[in-house]
Amino acid sequence: MSDTKPTSVEVRLPSRLGYEKVAMSTAAAVAKLMGFPGERVEDLKTAVAEACINAIEHGNLLNEGLSVGVVLSSVDDALEVRVIDDGKGLKTVPAKPDIDKKIHGEEDPRGMGMFLIQALVDEAEWVKGTNGKSSYVRLVIRLDREAE
Amino acid sequence: MQTETKARVDQVKSPAGHPVTVLRFEGDIASTSKEAVLGTYQGLPKESTKLVLLDFTKVEYINSSGIALVIQMLIEAANSGQKVYAFGLSPHFTKVFTMVGITKYAGLFASEALAMAAL
Repeated sequence: MSDTKPTSVEVRLPSRLGYEKVAMSTAAAVAKLMGFPGERVEDLKTAVAEACINAIEHGNLLNEGLSVGVVLSSVDDALEVRVIDDGKGLKTVPAKPDIDKKIHGEEDPRGMGMFLIQALVDEAEWVKGTNGKSSYVRLVIRLDREAE
Repeated sequence: MQTETKARVDQVKSPAGHPVTVLRFEGDIASTSKEAVLGTYQGLPKESTKLVLLDFTKVEYINSSGIALVIQMLIEAANSGQKVYAFGLSPHFTKVFTMVGITKYAGLFASEALAMAAL
């Protein structure tokens, strides 16, 4: 894939926790084919897993009759991932988690997923679907990101 | 689909002579790991457990639900006056634990030997 020909790979997951690992493995395989270094592949795996978990839990409300779509598109030096569910989408992006508040019981210990997504990829946006359905999160990870 | 989480408890002494309780995890750490992570921790005797060392060497996948379980353990440890440390995380999960602030409440070490030497 070094010729950077646009490529698209699609996966459909059941809305069952654990199946995010299928999307994670697929995303990792595509990123490796594109030449992403191991560290960035790991970042992508976590971001994709968290996006799928959110879609399964909060988008499709664990309804196994609904599936989560994962579309991976490579263009030039970037990999875009769309994780699509049947939910209404986010009202607001939650605030950055605060470990001190969590430890002192002032904040739910959960709620790290969206923060991790934003921290690990180059772009993350949450898009509400029309008619209250087919909402998605769009992630972009680039090959040329400078090492942290 | 998620690999079952296994947990084992070892009681050891640090080179400095302090009793250390090592919780060795294996498999995924996710929402299904509550009993293995929190249940195992909660089964430790509070009075005699002062230093807890988490072994992630055989853990390949940790998601945000798994991180939340670790944070719940840290909350309980803080309330019980225990100190928690960890080793064996991959470079990626070391970064993730640092990003979410866990390192503020649990010291991370690259290996068991380095952790034990510090306790």
